[in-house]
Amino acid sequence: MTGVRVLVGTRKGAFVLTSDGSRRDWEISGPHFPGWEIYHVKGSPADPDRIYASQSGGWFGQLIQRSDDGGRTWNPVGNEFVYEGDVGTHQFFDGTAVPWKFTRVWHLEPSLHDPDTIFAGVEDAALFRSGDGGATWQELPALRGHGTGPSWQPGAGGMCLHTILLDPRDDAHITTAISAAGSFRTDDGGKTWRAINRGLRSDGIPDPDAEVGHCVHHLAMHPTRPDTLFMQKHWDVMRSDDGGENWREISGNLPTDFGFVVEVHAHEPETIYVVPITSDYLHVPFDGKLRVYRSRTGGDEWEPLTRGLPQEHCYVNVLRDAMAVDTLDDCGVYFGTTGGQVYGSPDAGETWAPIVRDLPSVLSVEVQTLP
Amino acid sequence: MTAPTTHTIRIVLPAHLRVLGRVDGEVVLRVDSPVTQRSVLDALEARHPVLRGTIREHGTLRRRAFVRFFACERDLSHEPPDDPLPDAVVTGAEPLLVVGAMAGG
Repeated sequence: MTGVRVLVGTRKGAFVLTSDGSRRDWEISGPHFPGWEIYHVKGSPADPDRIYASQSGGWFGQLIQRSDDGGRTWNPVGNEFVYEGDVGTHQFFDGTAVPWKFTRVWHLEPSLHDPDTIFAGVEDAALFRSGDGGATWQELPALRGHGTGPSWQPGAGGMCLHTILLDPRDDAHITTAISAAGSFRTDDGGKTWRAINRGLRSDGIPDPDAEVGHCVHHLAMHPTRPDTLFMQKHWDVMRSDDGGENWREISGNLPTDFGFVVEVHAHEPETIYVVPITSDYLHVPFDGKLRVYRSRTGGDEWEPLTRGLPQEHCYVNVLRDAMAVDTLDDCGVYFGTTGGQVYGSPDAGETWAPIVRDLPSVLSVEVQTLP
Repeated sequence: MTAPTTHTIRIVLPAHLRVLGRVDGEVVLRVDSPVTQRSVLDALEARHPVLRGTIREHGTLRRRAFVRFFACERDLSHEPPDDPLPDAVVTGAEPLLVVGAMAGG
């Protein structure tokens, strides 16, 4: 019987939640790496036993852990992330120029085809690649060297590269997003990059429709439609149908269009999910109600999904990498909260139930659908 | 030319690094003279490569900001890395303590 494995990164370790295809009963293992911040855990699409985890902490820095047996055992691999060439500067919060400095890995994106190839999005914003299972890492420096790099500045969480989308049609085509610079795309495997932010409007920057400077929170893409991208920006939910060349707003009837996550249904490329958060100064669900909003029309028209989710006195957040879907026929949807709950829906969002309630604050949720 | 003297050095790691290095109790290393922060940490990282980057930064080999080195009830964190460590550490009477700095309340 097929099953699912939910990979949860938290402020104090990683957890692996496993169930069969019914997704009623769950086995929970962890904490793995207790006491460490686990920004992201993700499995290889090419080998479900291969899983990578980003382990970091303020005292002892960054480690990358790798499992070759589906998360039962782990071994540290390479943790040396060195910027290529001239480090240069970017803007700090106060507008001063500061040198790029590696802090942590926010996001790990394994290759669609090769378990030993993996990309890492890091703070300060840069993209790294490993071709040897994480043993060594090399920067793709042209992104950081984009002509606008010196003007990038951190979002509230740091200047992080948090989204890496790989195009199933073409390994050379990679889309990334950086807070707070915006979205960038390469069509030549990282040799050159273009800012793809036309149509974004951000009132928090001096020129609201500038080429860069937008606080993109997350991007999502359905693998069968790589040219259609969905974006949860700081404010605004956006959509592009030309690979990011042009964006239009699809916030429609959302109660608020601030938020962090956006995800696409596994089998319906026009069905998307967001979790509206009150505002940039109040990172809690609108009106104290934890509601996932679903659009079955690719945006603009949204419906609240509430069955099984707390509808009063709920003041948690759902961070940018903390929602994922499985690929079973009825598409399970999962998300984690800063309150330590991981909710799952086995029916595309119609009903929800907590898989686990009292984990440390959840930073990321990924799902593997097991054969 | 005389051969360098080799010393037995004791190191106490913080809990997180003991887990990473799969170490129980103290780490005991043989280190040639002169015994300094740098030579001890070089030997530690050679024995336990997983600790590279966790105590000192990659590349610069500077102490990470929230790591401290204590010995003989003294804070050696700000001493030059090539200065000799106290005699009691060199003789093995006292361990070199690698400590995660206190932070928060």
